[in-house]
Amino acid sequence: MYKYDNYDQQMVDTRVEEFRDQVRRRLTGELSEEQFRPLRLQNGLYLQLHAYMLRVAVPYGTLSSAQMRMLGDIADKYDRGYGHFTTRQNIQYNWIKLEETPQILADLASVEMHAIQTSGNCIRNISSDQYAGAAADELIDPRPYAELLRQWSSFHPEFLTLPRKFKIAVIASDTDRAAMRLHDIGIQMVRNDAGEIGARFYVGGGMGRTPMIGPMVREFVPLDQLITYSEACLRVYNRYGRRDNKYKARIKILVHELGKDEYTRQVEEEFQHLLSQGIEPPIAELERIKQYFVDPAFETGLSDELDLSDPDFRLWVERNTEAHKQAGYVIATVSLKPVGGIPGDATADQIRLMADLARDYSFDELRVTHAQNIVFPHVKKADLYTLWQKLDAAELSTANLDTIGDIIACPGLDYCSLANARSIPIAQKISERFVAKQEEIGEMKLKISGCINACGHHHAGHIGILGVDRKGKENYQLLLGGSEGADTSLGQITGPGFDEDGIVDAVEKATEVYLAKREGDERFLDTYRRIGMAPFKEALYG
Amino acid sequence: MMSEVQFRFRDDDPVSDPAVTVDAFAEQTNATAVRVEPGDDARELLPHLDRLRLIEVNFPAFTDGRGYSSARVLREAGFDGEIRAVGEVTIDMLSHMRRCGIDAFAPEKALNEADAQAAFDRWADVYQATADGRQPIWAKRHPA
Repeated sequence: MYKYDNYDQQMVDTRVEEFRDQVRRRLTGELSEEQFRPLRLQNGLYLQLHAYMLRVAVPYGTLSSAQMRMLGDIADKYDRGYGHFTTRQNIQYNWIKLEETPQILADLASVEMHAIQTSGNCIRNISSDQYAGAAADELIDPRPYAELLRQWSSFHPEFLTLPRKFKIAVIASDTDRAAMRLHDIGIQMVRNDAGEIGARFYVGGGMGRTPMIGPMVREFVPLDQLITYSEACLRVYNRYGRRDNKYKARIKILVHELGKDEYTRQVEEEFQHLLSQGIEPPIAELERIKQYFVDPAFETGLSDELDLSDPDFRLWVERNTEAHKQAGYVIATVSLKPVGGIPGDATADQIRLMADLARDYSFDELRVTHAQNIVFPHVKKADLYTLWQKLDAAELSTANLDTIGDIIACPGLDYCSLANARSIPIAQKISERFVAKQEEIGEMKLKISGCINACGHHHAGHIGILGVDRKGKENYQLLLGGSEGADTSLGQITGPGFDEDGIVDAVEKATEVYLAKREGDERFLDTYRRIGMAPFKEALYG
Repeated sequence: MMSEVQFRFRDDDPVSDPAVTVDAFAEQTNATAVRVEPGDDARELLPHLDRLRLIEVNFPAFTDGRGYSSARVLREAGFDGEIRAVGEVTIDMLSHMRRCGIDAFAPEKALNEADAQAAFDRWADVYQATADGRQPIWAKRHPA
């Protein structure tokens, strides 16, 4: 994985000093809270309902075991002994003291980590496919391009006060595991007819209160123009994105209001201009970065045999592992969704254990997934049972990946100052209610947001739940038919909302309709797409 | 309302000509200073750069970043006169403004000199090529 050189280290160290100085000026009153707010946000620091929350960047979701161990230590030293992995492959801590934040950032910098631009109206952490570099179905490893974009977007002087936040995802396989088209810019690395690698750009996707699937604005951007084209996309947005209404300020609104063709025309014009400005790093820089992403030293000639005689292990293998590109290896995912647990939470001890296991069984590497789980990307099949036993002993062997128990949920009203309703208790109740039926229901992406900002990705859930405030009471709307994969679609609201217990019953009714109507090996989503909303409405409200 | 120029990174004589709006500038063929508001298209000035000595870029609110693009667009077009940031200019914007080609600063509220100096000196290296002529890190990694 990528290693900082002196320049990268110095940039992060400088940022720590800058933030230390900003906190000092805030504490002396030289900076007002209004002035300090965007500065702390660009260092990942939110003021939440009960305390400060710090969001730490995990660039393209990749961590070394030393970095993971530090995340566990920070949870113990500065928080209450746990951390929360997020839908943008980051981790956040919910009980942080402002005065201690510069020291946390310094601790992070000591393992080549930071919290730069994890919030605020700027280019956020670049996300990617959690199976990058390991998946059997990828064209190339997308992470070198994400790293190139990370450096370009860090402290970019023109784009630190955009109309609104800006999220970029980079993938390189047709199976989209990063919800790429629901990003401000989604990039898919592709090969053209001439056999060259380049970047396909989708611009203007997003969730939030106006969900949109990003249209393709350019089929192929050559690798030696990647930064220049990105800069053109951003400049048009910075100049013309709406600033009169924060709810209409995301780039998706600009692309929608201008129309894809006009936005594209403006970007192309800016791009032609910027090509003369010498802002593109040389291909040699991309080659330098790529060296850090070469395959680990896989053993060859290994067997793909697995002893599945232990039924619990067998279930976990079936649910939580994925084909690896290298024979004899497998990708294994740790579900952070135990029955009745808080989705995405892990204790400091669990985080450190996963760090040790990655060191011993996965070439020192881990990934955070946008579904709030942790991946061991390169596990030798011969080691898999041992790894599973160690996970099992730490209550990390929940076998429910991509089932109804593998719920994405935002922090909701338990923590978040924007939320209208709680998300976590709904997730807990659903995982408890369906634990016995999870296998029968099969693949299911259930996603819960506690307000219309959609941090829990409810628009993209096969089943989505949106918490709202209705006359001072929490109320939950049900959506069906969303998807974030290569077949991205947005869920539709079924009708009037439900109270806390009612929504769990409603989910059950929806799954009963599916189980009664499914044909062959249809997933819930397939059945919904075939039969439409009407039978579900009938069962829910009839 | 005219704020004092507090920081200036130029050797030529300061310009004190009053700035006119971009709209008025088109009519006034003798004007040598103009003020660009966030909603103005700085590219409208490009045909007239040779008669301009000063372009003020106004930041009515420090949260509105359009002025950074305006400044860069002007520098990319070859403007080498003074670009002066006016309005709500704060300490933590200074280094980014410099990078976008702004070379004079007239904050509506004067800034602490020591803090400002620290901000200007903060970044020994930079990741991007912009209009300020600094060599980005990628160029240092791969000397020609």
